[in-house]
Amino acid sequence: MKSSVITFPGSNCDRDMDVALKKFGFTNKMVWHDDNELPKSDLVVLPGGFSYGDYLRCGSMASKSKIMQSVINFAKSGGLVMGICNGFQILVETGLVPGVLLRNKYLEFICKNVFVKLDNKENTYFKNLNKDVLEFHIAHNEGNYFCTKDQLKEIKDNNQIAIYYCNSEGKIEDQYNPNGSIKNIAGIFNKEKNVLGMMPHPERMIDESLSGEDGSLFFKNLLNNIK
Amino acid sequence: MEVNEQIAIDHGLKSDEYKKICKLLKRTPNITELGIFSAMWNEHCSYKSSRLHLKKLPTKGKKVIQGPGENAGVIDIEDGDAIVFKIESHNHPSFIEPYQGAATGVGGIMRDVFTMGARPIANLNSIHFGSPQHKKTKNLLRGVVHGIGGYGNCMGVPTIAGQTSFDSSYNGNILVNAMTLGLVKKNKIFYSKAAGLNKPVIYVGSKTGRDGIHGASMASASFDEKIEEKKPTVQVGDPFTEKLLLEACLELMAGDSIIAIQDMGAAGLTSSSIEMASKGNLGIEIDLNKVPCRETKMTPYEIMLSESQERMLIVLENGKEEIAKKIFDKWNLDFAVIGKTTNSKNIELFFNQEQVAKIPVNILVENSPMYDRKWKKSKLPKKNKIKNEVLNKLKIKDVLKKVLSSQNICSKEWIWQQYDHTVMGDTIQKPGGDSGVVRVHGTNKAVAASVDSSAVYCWAHPLTGGKQVVAESWRNLISVGATPIAITNCLNFGSPEKKDNMGEFVECVQGIGEASKYLNFPVVSGNVSFYNQTKEVGIKPTPSIGGVGLIKDYKKMISMDLKEIDNLVLIIGKTEGHIDQSLFARTILDEKNGPPPEVNLFNEKNNGESILDLIDKEYVKSAHDISLGGLLVAISKMCIKGNKGIKINKSKKLINEIEYFFAEDQGRYLIEVNKEDLKEVTKILDKNSVHHEELGIIIQKDMIINDKTKVTIDELKSYYTSWLSKYMS
Repeated sequence: MKSSVITFPGSNCDRDMDVALKKFGFTNKMVWHDDNELPKSDLVVLPGGFSYGDYLRCGSMASKSKIMQSVINFAKSGGLVMGICNGFQILVETGLVPGVLLRNKYLEFICKNVFVKLDNKENTYFKNLNKDVLEFHIAHNEGNYFCTKDQLKEIKDNNQIAIYYCNSEGKIEDQYNPNGSIKNIAGIFNKEKNVLGMMPHPERMIDESLSGEDGSLFFKNLLNNIK
Repeated sequence: MEVNEQIAIDHGLKSDEYKKICKLLKRTPNITELGIFSAMWNEHCSYKSSRLHLKKLPTKGKKVIQGPGENAGVIDIEDGDAIVFKIESHNHPSFIEPYQGAATGVGGIMRDVFTMGARPIANLNSIHFGSPQHKKTKNLLRGVVHGIGGYGNCMGVPTIAGQTSFDSSYNGNILVNAMTLGLVKKNKIFYSKAAGLNKPVIYVGSKTGRDGIHGASMASASFDEKIEEKKPTVQVGDPFTEKLLLEACLELMAGDSIIAIQDMGAAGLTSSSIEMASKGNLGIEIDLNKVPCRETKMTPYEIMLSESQERMLIVLENGKEEIAKKIFDKWNLDFAVIGKTTNSKNIELFFNQEQVAKIPVNILVENSPMYDRKWKKSKLPKKNKIKNEVLNKLKIKDVLKKVLSSQNICSKEWIWQQYDHTVMGDTIQKPGGDSGVVRVHGTNKAVAASVDSSAVYCWAHPLTGGKQVVAESWRNLISVGATPIAITNCLNFGSPEKKDNMGEFVECVQGIGEASKYLNFPVVSGNVSFYNQTKEVGIKPTPSIGGVGLIKDYKKMISMDLKEIDNLVLIIGKTEGHIDQSLFARTILDEKNGPPPEVNLFNEKNNGESILDLIDKEYVKSAHDISLGGLLVAISKMCIKGNKGIKINKSKKLINEIEYFFAEDQGRYLIEVNKEDLKEVTKILDKNSVHHEELGIIIQKDMIINDKTKVTIDELKSYYTSWLSKYMS
């Protein structure tokens, strides 16, 4: 399976994503933001980091990069596009997924493990996963997901909410919400479920010596689903 | 402007120093030249008060590839890999403007490391604030933490460990020491020594602005009531540009274009160009009109003294300009050929076709002032006699609660959760342990690093304190299973012009030297920060030691969390009951006098090496060194992290229970071993003549002490974790 990771100026989880994808069997290519065309890919990843220094608004400038037109076309033709952390912020700025990401409620960067509850397994990302709660890792300053009432109704109606912040038992409550996101939302899909944006970093949870191994589950499963 | 003695004095130079300049030049310097001298001859850049004493530090060793004198030190970690590391202070700017001061401190130290060709793989910091009750403390702490995180997080380099303390001696002068480790191939290390004639001198990175002019001079003076006026001397950081600069430099370094490279840190273009010329025994010629400037009408004086961040100076091979320019264009960074190397041995500056400065390089460097400052030797204070009646009145649980929740012991999670400590995907021991540990990417090796200081001990007796900090750094590395290799030091002191402060410096350095020599733990880099002083009041002497060690097989790394019920916890090293200068004495007895605990280097080495042996043989399940707060604090942290309890039975000894549990005797560790292994472990320890005793047995929950005191894990957690987040909310 072929994947592509886009490097924007200021991306800093691009290598980590490359390592993770290769570890679980993807043939990955790093793609420069200034390129015109995506290589042939089964999955495109917008990695975490601080593209363009988060200047103007997180993800805003990267969303206008040359490569993004090709990424948008790929997504619109049904290709799998996953945005992690800053990649999620970029996706929001392109309009591929609805809503915005505001500054964390307590105005502080947060780096820690969190639990997330899967809401929808009818998609290539989470289909066949044998767990409903995953332990992931977050590291962000602007992960406070927000959308209008109408949008919220729409994404609920379309089953677009991918994951919620919760506790280890899968309880979705305010106290387990690290950043103030509306309804504890940690990640969302587009309507067609081929585009996923999420704040947590599965690529940081890929072996027993790191923060955990639920990232391994996620990538293995994703590869199998794409095959 | 005609230069005269008063103008020189306004630049921070002494009258004698100005006269020396005129004599060496055989004329009066012009204003640009005077600016250059003031930048090169201030304390921060010239080490004029410290050089004499720093020479005595051991800096060589089998694993040392590069000692002090370069941008950072370099050590060998085998298989062709090397670690580049250094710690540096950014104290003065951080007090004036905490966010930018701390951020640019982090940016500066990372630049020092990647200038040598190494990709930064870990950041650490040691930060010290005034009393929590002081009106400035909260904002300074918040600003510094945001600044460190703001820069390091954006760079994508994990912050893996650190140290935070509060003490009223920092009320007017906080300390911000930042440390970075980078990874490089041994045969791809870059140095700052220029070589060859007529080689192009290249400027890359951000444009030059008017920020930070006289930053290094500001950092070479005490503070007074006019401190607010010094804000323009603080640099402004842009981590995004630095991230681009890092990637561009590493891309260029992969080829063979670079002869020498030097970052523009303190004293900017001045010190970087002079250092490169001086090391290469060459001259350098610069056309200042070619320097990319952010503001209009900048004068030669301003261009030379600006401390704008994220800039580098490179001496290239002839004909490589196009290759280099292409890389910097790709990363959207400025690139300009601004001059060339010459055989004149002068630094020559041109502006609008006129020569605006011409100074022999050796005058600036070799002839810079060096002082043998007066200093006062300190006496070892007399021991306090603490009466048993006083101790017997205390309840262990009450004392433990107060000590564990005190500002200098309690959990600093509120701080390190704001630092990205997992980016790069190799952090295998996070902040909050004895050392931070990162894997050497793609290998089975890992590098451990810790940063320590013990200002209270150094204040009570500088010689002992200096030794103790090195020993503690050594223990922190051992506790995670790393073989200690070398240290970097950041020496934070008051004014060297006061003989008490100078004495503290001299004797701390002596202590550091003795310990690092004995432990074969050489000093490979560092920095001195004097004048941490407001009017007449200086800080407690605070040398920070950053230690680095190697774990050959990262799967053998040790952490402090208790692992298994029914395992035993052993105390390694002897508990004598030294209470003076302990956290217990200060917080519970309000006793601030007396000597610090003695440091026995033989025991340190012997105990540490024996533990490494036990770790290598896989007998140790968890480990933690016993330091600030003593035995009961150490075991409490192990219980909290492992979510397990312990049943403690204090051996029948002459010393009082309180002394036993809260003394800060040195050279001690706690290790967890399996019952079945006890015999073998004991045999090894006995053979090495290492003092050991059993502390207790691991149980499900609760800490039970001598069958009469019970503290639940939840209680321990609440004592340990509540103070800082409450304070900051």
